[in-house]
Formats: sequence, C-alpha cells, structure tokens
Amino acid sequence: MEKNPIITLKDIALSFDGEKVLENLNLSIYDGEFVTLLGPSGCGKTTTLRIIGGFLTPDSGDVFFGAKRVNDLPPYKRPVNTIFQRYALFPHLNVYDNVAFGMKVQKKKKAEIAETVERMLTMVNLKGFEKRTVSTLSGGQQQRVAIARALANNPKVLLLDEPLAALDLKLRKDMQNELKNMQKSLGITFIYVTHDQEEALSMSDTVVVMDGGEIQQIGTPLDIYNEPVNAFVADFIGESNILDGVRLADYKVKFFGRVFDCLDAGFEKDEPVDVVIRPEDINIVPPEQGLTGTVTSVTFKGVHYETIVDFYGFKWLIQTTEYHPVGSVIGIVLDPDDIHIMKKSRYSGMFGDYSSYSEEFDEMNDPTIDLVDDESTAAEEAD
Amino acid sequence: MMKARGAAAPFALWMAIFTVVPLGVVVYYAFTTAEGAFTLDNIFAIHQYAGSLLRSFWIGLLSTAICLLLAYPLAFSISRAKGRVQQTMVMLIMMPMWMNFLLRTYAWQSLLENNGFINQFLGLFGLHLNMINTTGAVVLGMVYNFLPFMILPLYSVMVKIDRSVIEAAQDLGSNAIQVFARVILPLSVPGIISGITMVLIPIISTFAITQILGGSLVNMIGDNIEMKFFGTAPDYNVGSALALLLMVLLLISMGIMNAFDKDNEGVTV
Repeated sequence: MEKNPIITLKDIALSFDGEKVLENLNLSIYDGEFVTLLGPSGCGKTTTLRIIGGFLTPDSGDVFFGAKRVNDLPPYKRPVNTIFQRYALFPHLNVYDNVAFGMKVQKKKKAEIAETVERMLTMVNLKGFEKRTVSTLSGGQQQRVAIARALANNPKVLLLDEPLAALDLKLRKDMQNELKNMQKSLGITFIYVTHDQEEALSMSDTVVVMDGGEIQQIGTPLDIYNEPVNAFVADFIGESNILDGVRLADYKVKFFGRVFDCLDAGFEKDEPVDVVIRPEDINIVPPEQGLTGTVTSVTFKGVHYETIVDFYGFKWLIQTTEYHPVGSVIGIVLDPDDIHIMKKSRYSGMFGDYSSYSEEFDEMNDPTIDLVDDESTAAEEAD
Repeated sequence: MMKARGAAAPFALWMAIFTVVPLGVVVYYAFTTAEGAFTLDNIFAIHQYAGSLLRSFWIGLLSTAICLLLAYPLAFSISRAKGRVQQTMVMLIMMPMWMNFLLRTYAWQSLLENNGFINQFLGLFGLHLNMINTTGAVVLGMVYNFLPFMILPLYSVMVKIDRSVIEAAQDLGSNAIQVFARVILPLSVPGIISGITMVLIPIISTFAITQILGGSLVNMIGDNIEMKFFGTAPDYNVGSALALLLMVLLLISMGIMNAFDKDNEGVTV
C-alpha cells in the first residue's frame, strides 16, 4: 500500500433535518485497498459513500481526492464510479448500451467502446447478452451488468453500496469471491458498504466499523475481530460474551470473582473494563477441572453446537463441536489469549449478556432474575 | 380466467349498446341520403370543411405543444419533490377539474372580453387589447382546460423513474443536460405519448371552448359537426360523415403516436 491516501475524509459532519447522521468522521483510503464500511442500518455508512460519490455535500469537513479538495465537485466530474444497491441499470437500454453508457457520454470512439464493452462483459461472464434488455436478466446477472458498467469507465475508485444484499446466499458467496478477485487483478480501490460482518471480514483489507454516525474502529479484519475496541465492535463482529471486569495490573484482569491472566497491557490500575471472550475460544473440560456451569440450551448449527451455559446466573455462549445435553454440568478453562479487555464505552452493558451478571450472591440466588435472563437470552438467540 | 371474462360481461353489453350500435348509426347516416338511399355525396361534401378541419389540427397541435412545454418541467419537479409536496401539488392541479369546465371557460370569457376585467384594468393606463374571439383566446382556453391531462400522465410516468438511475447517469459522467437527454427524456416517452393522446384528441374535436372564446370568428371541425345536428339547418347525414372523418383521422394519429411508444408502457386511452 502506498503512503499517500487516494481519498481522505476530514472532520466530516452531516445532519438531515436537524438529526446528526455523521459526526467527526476522519478516514483515509489508500490506493489499491479494499475498504469496507461496516455497520448496522442507519450507522452512516451509505451516507459516507454518497459523500465520496458526490451525491451529498457534508455540512462541515472536507473531502480530498489525493491532495485536491473536492467538496463541491459534482458526481459526474469525480474519478469514482458507483455500484448501487438496486443496481440502477437503465431500463430503456440493453446490456450493451448500459455498459457503454459512460463511454458514450465521454464521446469515446465507437471501436474503442465496442472493444471495452466486450472485455467487460467477458470479465463478468455475460458475453452474448449484449442485446438483452435488462429487465429479462436475473438479479445476479443485473448485478454483473452494474459491475461491468461501472468498471468500463476505468475508475480509480469503485464505490459499492451493499451490492450483494439482494442476492441469495449461495450467489452472494460466489460474487464475494469474484469481486475480491476482480479487485486484486484490476488493482482498483474498492470502497464497499455492507451490514454483513462475515462479508466484511472475508473480503476486506481494511474494515471501518461504524455506528451512530461515528467510526468505532478501523483495522484489518483480524484486528477488528481479535482486538475490538469496545462492546459494540465486539458484539457486531461475531458473537461475544462481554463481562464486567477490573484490570488489576498489566496482564491481570479480575472478573467473575476471580483473577485471570491475559495478554493486554496499558490500562490504569484497577480500571473497570469490558472483558470479551469469544464463544469459540472457550475450552470445555470435565467439571472438576474448571469453572462449572449448567447447560441451559443447545442449538445445532451445522459446523458446531451453540451451547448456552449458566455460570451462577450469567449465561455464556459457547461454540463447540462436542454435544453437551441440556442440564449437564460442564467445566470451562480460559487461556490468557482467550481473554481480551476493552476500555469502558457508552456501549458497555448493552451487549454480550453482561448485564445479567452480578457479583452479589443475593441476586444470584434470586430465582426471578434467572427467569428474566432466560427470556432475554432466548430472544437474543432468536436474532 | 373464465371468471374474469364473466366479470367483463356488463361492460361488454354497455359497449355494445352505447358504443358499437351508435357507431353503426353514424356510419349508416354518413353513407345515406335523408331518404335512406345509399350515397357518397356526404363524404364528398366534406371538402367544404377542409379549412375548419385544418384549423382544428393547427389549434390542436399548437395547444398540445404549449401544454407539453408547460407540463413537462412542472411534472418533473413534482415527481422529484418530497411525498407530501407531491400530494399537495397533484391536488392543486386536479382541483380546477372539479369545477365545471364550461363555467371556467365562461370565466375566461369575462376576463378577456373587450370590456372584461383585463381590459378594464388596462383602460386605467389608456390601453386596450382585443383578445376575445381570436385564435389566441381559443388556444389559451384549450391549454387552460387540458393542461392537467398533460401533467398527470407525465407525472405518473416520471414518479416511477428511480432516483438511483439518475444518480447512476451522473456517476457515469453525465452532466445535467446529458442526464436529461439520455435518461429522463427516453424514460418519460410513455408519459409524453399518453399526455399528447389525452390532450390533442379532445382539443381537435371540441366545440364549446371555441364558441365561448372564439365566437363565430374561430370555428373548428367540432363546431361544424355540432351545427349539423343542433344548428338552424340540421343535416344529420353530412354531420355523420364529418364525425366519421374526424374519427378516422384521430385513429390514424393515435396509431402514429403509439408507434413511438414501443414498450406500450403509457396509459392507454
């Protein structure tokens, strides 16, 4: 990756009808990168993409392409092309004319247009579809036309707004691979918007996790997954058990009434923290060898079982290939690298079941609390 | 399928009694003498009305063109407005149609008359405009009365043009003029066709507006047909021949227009 960003967003803020959509947004995108803007609906990811595309102008802050400020540059003058969520193909034109649209606007030579259209349609496996009207194509085919149409303009940056959201699961997986391969072989920068964390992790060089109009974390998929900065990121990217803890010293954290070794350093002494434990990292051992808990629910997921285990009132999600029936007592062991600690944030307590845990034994012995927990856990599982 | 056909039976009966039979009667009158004998004289008599027919088409085309020029940008801006604004605008456009069109045309008459409101006002400055009983007054009346019929079909087609398609065109390098020429205009063709159909044909065959705003100086083919049936010297046979001719001409022009609307997406009239 090169040193100079191809696109820079600086202190971007935007409101619609007095409601803040983006706030204090800073982002640098480098040449040849596959960047994903990831977040739940309403987090501002599409808005960010539309600002880059030129369809929205930020209330404050600057957009740079290279070193050039482009806040007021209209979309048609920007060296980026967009793949829209619903493809936005031209219904009055056939496949050929859709792909040729950008080149015709630029008044390219006929032979050159024909050559490029053919190359593009070959690339997206739609050779022979030139004369078809777009309404006769399937969703996947329309998607390919949209990709060919955008790439025919030879953009420096391709913006993709949830391009696979309307496709079924199988096709989506195939298209993910195709898009990733295309991006690699063409060397174009992709800025990809999605709410699908799996898609983000498997395709991106860099993931930008957004929520509430702000960037929560920027990092490689591995960073984001292994070192989430707060409870929101931990919960949104994969499943997480998030507990209330206290960081006692470097590499020592106390939660669940016990002290554990961990790999994280650099917090204040006795600083309250959020502790993340990924459900697939938990090792199940015979009850006498670890913390003991009772299995309250088991769901078969194909590759693994999702087992909910009650440890004195706190419900953990454990992903395991072993089957433990409901009611059985199991032990768990946590290795230092299974434990990740995060600073407290406004998301603390909102995710990862942590609110149902209490150190006060009185509450733990209160049967009504368990009942409530059962319901909330079940509801979250259903999601 | 059978059920759907059965449901159409009352309408089919209605059409048979009130459209097909009268049409037959018109054809019968057009090709017979007052005594009922077959003749082509009525058809040959038409040439006397060539001037009025040409005037009808001229006024019709001019008024329709003005309607289109006024309606197109308006319909487009309504179709891009927010939902509530759209509803209000469409309501405002339809509102005049709730009032009887003769009443509205008489209102124009009292505005345009030689001692009407406009000339009374101009009189304060010592000016006078001769407006009533001119082709201009008739065209004005036509445009005023038929404008909603141009706006609504245009609007209903334009509102279906996805914003993202326009954005895609911009994204691919089109400036405002190119977006219009390459995307918006081609996609609104069905609306243009049905708008023209809904405006041009009624204008060509109308008579009331010409009589109110054009007096005896501007007469159109519709006026002549009306005279043949309800005038001082009625001649049902020539009147029928004229009506038949007008119908054939309108069918031809509709056919030409529909040829432009390849996808047949417009409102069929």
